[in-house]
Amino acid sequence: MKRIKLVAIVLAALMCIAPISAFAGKLVIKGSTTVLPIAQKVGEAYMKQNPDVEISISGGGSGNGMKAIIDGTTDIGNASRFIKDKEVKLAVEKDAYPVPFRVAYDCIVPIVHPSNPVSDLSLDQLKGMYKGEITNWKEVGGPDLKIVAVSRDTSSGTFEVWEGKVMKKERVMPGALIQASNGAVAQAVAKNKYAVGYIGLGYLNNDVKAVSVNGIVGSAETTLNGTFAVSRPLFMFTRGWPEGDTVNFLNFLLHPEKGQKLVKESGYVPLY
Amino acid sequence: MATLNSRTREKIIKNIFFCVALACIIMLGLITLFLFMEGIPIFDKVSIKNFVFGVYWYPTSEPPDFGIFALITGSIFVTLLSAAFSIPLGVMSALYLAEIAKPKMREIVKPMVELIASLPSVVIGFFGMVIVAPFLQDAFDIPTGLNLFNAALMLAFMSVPTICSISEDAIYSVPNALREASLALGATRLETIMKVVLPASISGVSTAVILGMSRAIGETMVVLMVAGGAAMVPHSIFDPVRPMPASIAAEMAEAPFRGDHYHALFATGVVLFLFTFVFNIVADIIANKYKQTGDATL
Repeated sequence: MKRIKLVAIVLAALMCIAPISAFAGKLVIKGSTTVLPIAQKVGEAYMKQNPDVEISISGGGSGNGMKAIIDGTTDIGNASRFIKDKEVKLAVEKDAYPVPFRVAYDCIVPIVHPSNPVSDLSLDQLKGMYKGEITNWKEVGGPDLKIVAVSRDTSSGTFEVWEGKVMKKERVMPGALIQASNGAVAQAVAKNKYAVGYIGLGYLNNDVKAVSVNGIVGSAETTLNGTFAVSRPLFMFTRGWPEGDTVNFLNFLLHPEKGQKLVKESGYVPLY
Repeated sequence: MATLNSRTREKIIKNIFFCVALACIIMLGLITLFLFMEGIPIFDKVSIKNFVFGVYWYPTSEPPDFGIFALITGSIFVTLLSAAFSIPLGVMSALYLAEIAKPKMREIVKPMVELIASLPSVVIGFFGMVIVAPFLQDAFDIPTGLNLFNAALMLAFMSVPTICSISEDAIYSVPNALREASLALGATRLETIMKVVLPASISGVSTAVILGMSRAIGETMVVLMVAGGAAMVPHSIFDPVRPMPASIAAEMAEAPFRGDHYHALFATGVVLFLFTFVFNIVADIIANKYKQTGDATL
């Protein structure tokens, strides 16, 4: 009996100590689901190099990421857009000074079947096709075939870019096909000569044909110099200038040989 | 332990088994409770009528529209069309296996049919997407092969083993006395099968059909991959549709936790749950009401 008591006391004591030692290297990352794959991939690699650091990563959207930075419930807040004026005001009220770090670019390329002769579409044409106003390829200089628009599920970050940059807040028609991933959209378009779709630059392959937008080909270069229309920078915000593990993590992420390589592997455009 | 007499031991074992059985019921109860608790809050934002009969599903637009009518019709049409393929196939192969096939043939074919059931649904979905969709598109000259017809075909694929296997058991258990009596009266083999054996096993066969259909309506991966995913009420069997499970699976991962979209998806889950629940109740009622009695008991 005495022995059991002793064990219980030791266990209880250990439990008290354990959280403190674990707390030493804990990093919380929250926010945009677009930035999530980058955070996950880089986070895993970082934890492999620094086994004493524990990183917890979750999504929730850019709005939630900014809110967590303002409330101080996260170390890093991911956002697929810049901070809004309203959020800055809220932050200042709570004595928080959000610091932005540009970590990558998102570039979404329209694609068609390889046999489709159309190689350039304007933003208005793309919008018309997804709104259901342009229904035949011959209206945009292609063959006399119906257009089948392939879109993404509405909660994906890729759809968010498309909605913001191409649809300009107008609705994609209900008749558009919906696929749940970049890979599935590429697959659906590769097998269908009627189809038009859009995927992240990193998912392009030889089975589909990329279409230029307003005469500009989507590539890392045109994304970085800002000429390609369907692209945007991605951010991580910290509450005040980062310190300790947070700054180490951001340095790792922004390193051209380390984090930025992983950014490219996740299907995004790296900064360098 | 030696001090326990056999009666107390019996009692303890009985209670353990009771607890195990109870655990299933409690789990089901808790899951249902959770489903409703997470789904109900959306009805503060939209009325039940607008939710069920609204035709626009734009959960992330500003302002959002939460109408799942197109999703419900998608689910219903896919299930009905797949039933149109799977019932004749399943019941007829069951009849063949139980009545016509030689025992050796039956020993080979029945495990094969049941093996189809063990194919992972993602494999069937992939098959539908990569092989069937382009084929349908060329064969019927339609804009997309990812549509209601394709999804129904793939789902039929999945429910045939369920229907065949359960119906076969029911048909096989029809006592020989009935067959012999029918044949003795001068009925042909076909007449015996259609007018004696099938009616005698109808409750088992109906249960099989309904269980097969309830598998089809709840199936997620296949419809997510091959149904096309367009949230609209279909006008033809070659239109793309977005059945309820596909919508939940595609959107749940990225819906903000406890947001309106999240609650709306759970409410869709509630509707889906009610559908499968009704299916299973109906199967139960049929099984009880038209219970095979006397010699024909299962």
